Amino acid sequence: MPLLDVNNLATHFHTRHGVVRAVDGVSFSLEAGETLGIVGESGSGKSVTCYSLLGLLPMPPARIESGTAHFGGIDLLACTQKELRGVRGSRISMIFQDPMTCLNPYLRISTQLIEPLLHHARISKPDALDRAVKALDDVGIPDAARRIRDYPHEFSGGMRQRVMIAMGLLTRPEVLIADEPTTALDVTVQAQILDLIRDRQRELQTAVILVTHDLGVVSAACDRVMVMYAGRIMESGSIQNIFHQTQHPYTHALQCSLPSLHRQGERLQTIPGMPPELTAVFPGCPFAPRCEFATDICARPTELLQTEKGHFTACTRAQMGEISLM
Amino acid sequence: MPDKAHAEPASSSGVAPSRPVGSSLWRDAWYRLGRNRMALLGLVFFVVVTLLCSLAPWLSSYRYNATDLAYGARGPCAEHLLGTDTLGRDLLARCLYGGRVSISVGFLATGVSLLIGVLYGAVSGFVGGKTDSVMMRLVDILYALPFTVFVILLMVAFGQDIRLLFVAIGAVTWLTMARIVRGQVLSIREQEYIDAAIALGLSRPRIILRHVIPNVLGPIIVYATLTVPSVMLLEAMLSFLGLGIQPPMSSWGVLIKEGAAKMDVYPWLLIGPALFFSLTLFSLNFLGDGLRDALDPESARD
Amino acid sequence: MPSMLKFVVIRVLQAVPVLLAIAVLTFCMVRLAPGDPFSDEKNMPEEIRANLLARYGLNDPLPKQFVRFMGDLFRGDLPSYKYVGRTVNELIAQAFPVSLELGLYALVVALAVGLPAGVIAALKRNSAWDYLPMSAAMTGICLPTFVMGPLLALVLAVWLGWLNPLGWESWSDRILPSLTLGLYYAAYVARLARGGMLEILSQDFIRTARAKGLPERTVVLKHALKGGLLPVVSFLGPAFAGMISGSFVVETIFFVPGLGRFFVNAAFNRDYTMVMGTVLFYATLIILLNLVVDVAYVLINPKARLTDA
Repeated sequence: MPLLDVNNLATHFHTRHGVVRAVDGVSFSLEAGETLGIVGESGSGKSVTCYSLLGLLPMPPARIESGTAHFGGIDLLACTQKELRGVRGSRISMIFQDPMTCLNPYLRISTQLIEPLLHHARISKPDALDRAVKALDDVGIPDAARRIRDYPHEFSGGMRQRVMIAMGLLTRPEVLIADEPTTALDVTVQAQILDLIRDRQRELQTAVILVTHDLGVVSAACDRVMVMYAGRIMESGSIQNIFHQTQHPYTHALQCSLPSLHRQGERLQTIPGMPPELTAVFPGCPFAPRCEFATDICARPTELLQTEKGHFTACTRAQMGEISLM
Repeated sequence: MPDKAHAEPASSSGVAPSRPVGSSLWRDAWYRLGRNRMALLGLVFFVVVTLLCSLAPWLSSYRYNATDLAYGARGPCAEHLLGTDTLGRDLLARCLYGGRVSISVGFLATGVSLLIGVLYGAVSGFVGGKTDSVMMRLVDILYALPFTVFVILLMVAFGQDIRLLFVAIGAVTWLTMARIVRGQVLSIREQEYIDAAIALGLSRPRIILRHVIPNVLGPIIVYATLTVPSVMLLEAMLSFLGLGIQPPMSSWGVLIKEGAAKMDVYPWLLIGPALFFSLTLFSLNFLGDGLRDALDPESARD
Repeated sequence: MPSMLKFVVIRVLQAVPVLLAIAVLTFCMVRLAPGDPFSDEKNMPEEIRANLLARYGLNDPLPKQFVRFMGDLFRGDLPSYKYVGRTVNELIAQAFPVSLELGLYALVVALAVGLPAGVIAALKRNSAWDYLPMSAAMTGICLPTFVMGPLLALVLAVWLGWLNPLGWESWSDRILPSLTLGLYYAAYVARLARGGMLEILSQDFIRTARAKGLPERTVVLKHALKGGLLPVVSFLGPAFAGMISGSFVVETIFFVPGLGRFFVNAAFNRDYTMVMGTVLFYATLIILLNLVVDVAYVLINPKARLTDA
């Protein structure tokens, strides 16, 4: 029984320029203790998927058009805001991209850290503070007992992200959603943060959904990966599946475009064309206009099908075995 | 910033829908202004009032100082839409003529304020460095002082010449304009698109024309539109205290003062000019607010 | 907090040359004007006027007059021309508490009405709770004190007869002037509060607070309020200045024996010493108030603490 089972989630934004199909039929599942990576370009719908699960989108203009998300006996997408508040921060925690802006500059770190504990776990303030200090310690903040009384601007970017991680894991949630946790950080700090997440996750047995646009991050930190494009899943499977047995032209193109894979002096590979306008409706595969393997069959509706155990692809031609991407 | 892609809805989605046609800042602003009913209403009202007041001599059959002592003060009726005052003068005519004075003082004083403020702010911003710090320190100090006190002093000291009035008012209201202009100039100087334009080899006048000015113009227009009503307020207050416009000339401030003195017996004397004055201020403020919302893509909106 | 002390001291020291400059400026403006304190007294024989001028030293060279004036002011001995026998310091000491009282009541009205209105308008954006208070606020801004005052008096005193239209005797006399002055600023406070709250509510850390599952009330009161009300705090400085000058009008309309009325009359009557004394007094007051507001701002906003003035 998966911990989180999402089925056919569709989230649309009704704007004055048209209906933006940010997420258009996404299904996936998450097992306890595993790390699932969601990777894709800007606008692929990866963040909106996560926000939809926790009800963090402004409901006009956003609307969850369809889908279910079963989590521990409840359907998240059918919950009221009140019910969701009971889940947020206690059973599912979320940390965000930019640690500079995500912490309240007017409140001390201690105040912000113990909030979820006081609200959800209902323990006393001194106990909560103790746990918070220990959590800061666990994420590697030196002199935690003293620094907990500082304000956010007194920490560096990397340290702030550690604080966010501590805050997210303080209530021992079953799932931690990390939305681009390393994007705003220096490269050297990125590796530390990823290790830290992995570390804490193993100790607390938390499942992690890691949203990123960086394939390198995914390969280093995840067990399974889901590749999104134009609000839909293109391919999903284990690290081994995705990186060594690719079965979707988009995933393949993403990997080929990594500069590190090319020898010096070799021309860099890019994906021709532009990401699609999400207000338009695509009858077939959204990637077809840019795909080197596209044929007529790609204009027909696509489906995410399992080609081998645990490995799914939405590419019709790959499903039929017509193309080989090694 | 010209030609900036919207991020709509808010940053949480990370989705950037593209728009059908390339929308420049000005076209977008125009669109937003057009949708703002109150702002449009304000614009229309203000234009109408200004027209009415400037055409007063032709519109009203009554001269503003045509007294009719026998007639005395009467309430609003068919012949005198707003009533008459104790000297038998038609109040509507007086309001229209008073409007001419009030509105022209408004424009002129705003003009003076604009002139001083823009020059000061632009110089301070362009030159930068120590000069800038000193100039802005001066503004900070002046800002903290009750300039009404000084206007009153000026008016008392140098007589109530109407020409001096709008210079005096303009001279004390330029501070915020200077700050705004300087802020804009500073931020533009540091913008990367200026460097980009230079890197592309655009000539300096072209850069100034196409990149600097459009960005400075926006807040200046907004603030100028909002300065007019506050200047009119200042003039009215001075006139109310007896220090601004002197009889027999009248402005809305003078009329309000006269009305307030007699309001327990002849309330319409107060209500007529108060209505004109307040509605005009209303319309200008709505227009100014609308312009501000329209020109600032990042201001909180629905 | 040593740096805070330093901050205050620096500001006080900076104020001294400013006040001096203001004194000189005012002195020049007042003395350069045509006429003298007694030119309005029509029936004064020429020689008496000459005597008076000599007695007050008004024929001396201007710099000497200035120095003498400053000296008198500090000794508390500055003579008033209009109110013979009384010093300016005395008159200010008598009139100022009245203005202070009026200002305080007005401030209370402004905050008590404006803050909740603005915050609620921000929370219930684009609903009736937003449009109605904001329209009322717009009305407040466009109805200046000298319009609102008479109108309020018209309704409450003349038509309904609940209050006296003039005076400052009984406690009920305080209502009209305080309301008039206060409601005007309440309008500004409401707009600023709404703007500030909206700005804060769109920040990322509000999303973080929501993601922690906190109830909306906590998110607003604990996380948003502090930062959201900062614009109101900054506004309080110029607001005080405005209330002081607004008091000229309000005190004139309602015949309140405050400093504003004294000042206006003194300006009219060319009562030099009174004018100068009042101007310097106001300037000092405002500089002090701005200092207090700046200190408060730094206390609320932790980010401002690291940088100096």
